[in-house]
Amino acid sequence: MNPSPETGAKCEVLFTVNGEAKKVLAHPMERLLDVLRNELELTGTKEGCGEGECGSCSVLLDGMLVNSCLVPVAQASGASIVTIEGISAHALMNPLQEAFLECGGAQCGICTPGMILAAVHLLEKKPEPALADIREGLAGNLCRCTGYMQIFEAVARAARRRVRK
Amino acid sequence: MRSDPAEYKLVSPGNLQAALSLLAGEPAQWLPIAGGTDLMVLYSAGKLPNRKLINIWNIPELGQIEVFPDRVRIGAACTYTALREHDIVSREFPLLAMAASWTGGIANQNRGTLGGNIANASPAADSLPALLVYDAELTLISVRGERRVDYRSFHTGYKQTALAADELIRDISLPRRFSGYISHARKVGTRNAQAISKVCLAALGQIANGAIRDVRLALGSVAPIPLRLNETEHALTGKRIEPSLIDTARKCAAKEIRPIGDIRSTARYRAAVAGNLVAEFLEKFAAAEANA
Repeated sequence: MNPSPETGAKCEVLFTVNGEAKKVLAHPMERLLDVLRNELELTGTKEGCGEGECGSCSVLLDGMLVNSCLVPVAQASGASIVTIEGISAHALMNPLQEAFLECGGAQCGICTPGMILAAVHLLEKKPEPALADIREGLAGNLCRCTGYMQIFEAVARAARRRVRK
Repeated sequence: MRSDPAEYKLVSPGNLQAALSLLAGEPAQWLPIAGGTDLMVLYSAGKLPNRKLINIWNIPELGQIEVFPDRVRIGAACTYTALREHDIVSREFPLLAMAASWTGGIANQNRGTLGGNIANASPAADSLPALLVYDAELTLISVRGERRVDYRSFHTGYKQTALAADELIRDISLPRRFSGYISHARKVGTRNAQAISKVCLAALGQIANGAIRDVRLALGSVAPIPLRLNETEHALTGKRIEPSLIDTARKCAAKEIRPIGDIRSTARYRAAVAGNLVAEFLEKFAAAEANA
């Protein structure tokens, strides 16, 4: 990116979002979360706490799970970003979606996009996770509805199905 | 109130020299930002005093872990994930790898950096006691040159450090001489992930001829800075581990710390737990020796 000449100046940020090249004009300290939701209208990414505690705003940034509320958009310049909208094309999406439905892994739904992104990130690193791995992989994602057990079971079930295939 | 991004400037110099030149040009005006796991929280809460930030997340010189015969040199912008996944770090410096696994959740570990944790200088940071017991050395760099600082003397007071306004932490160097030690780490908090510690311990020890040859104890969240327990270590060195010694160590540790009561815990609880953690380590230490 070009360094912004003065405080208050916007800068051009080029990145790939869900496989599409995007260009936005933004203040460099704008949160990636806000740019995704407000500029790109990708409202599947939710804001929960806004301080990196709850994981609702999880996205993949160059394949890494991050809290998009803690990423200044200028740091995403040149990166490849995947949001929940982009996950629909992912090979893990069908098994995860089915398993979340079957296990009751989603209730109010606010945490669900983040849970799915965290689960994808975990299963890409560990295709056959133990329960402890699932608990750790999702430890940064808070859910106030399910009590977590249904979510852990859903991720375990999705992993088993994927491995069998 | 939330900050207005229009009031902030963030530049990405892309290399170390350019970042240092900016810092030197207007000392104390610029604030380096790496993974943002601390600074973005302040920013979002409208509590970030600096209006000008330098992006050091993408500076290659700061992101490497280099292994030498006698030491491991960790670039200041290495993430907790990089530390956890590094073979030599996790094998020879398990206290650091374990502390990295307790820091935040996976998303924060993918962004949070060791240098950031040091510069942020929270007495509650989980990785800092490990650096104290491993005799870490920091390389600080500015346009004026480089200097090396023992990590033990880096924190000078609550959120105060030896870092000058024009300096960056370039790397953290760990000597490779602790693989024969018994190590023990323990975090006491509401949960391991996300929660900030009430007390956390990093401990290393070595026994020779039935007596403690070397012992290293450091605690987080019990003083204005991450604390090495010099007096407790001194009281233990050269002694055989017996119930009376464990009792002495427990009392000595509880006396040596300077805890406060805050939202997470009370000073009295912290003092009791600090003593218990030291005692727990000594029991593990004695058992490991008995089985050796």
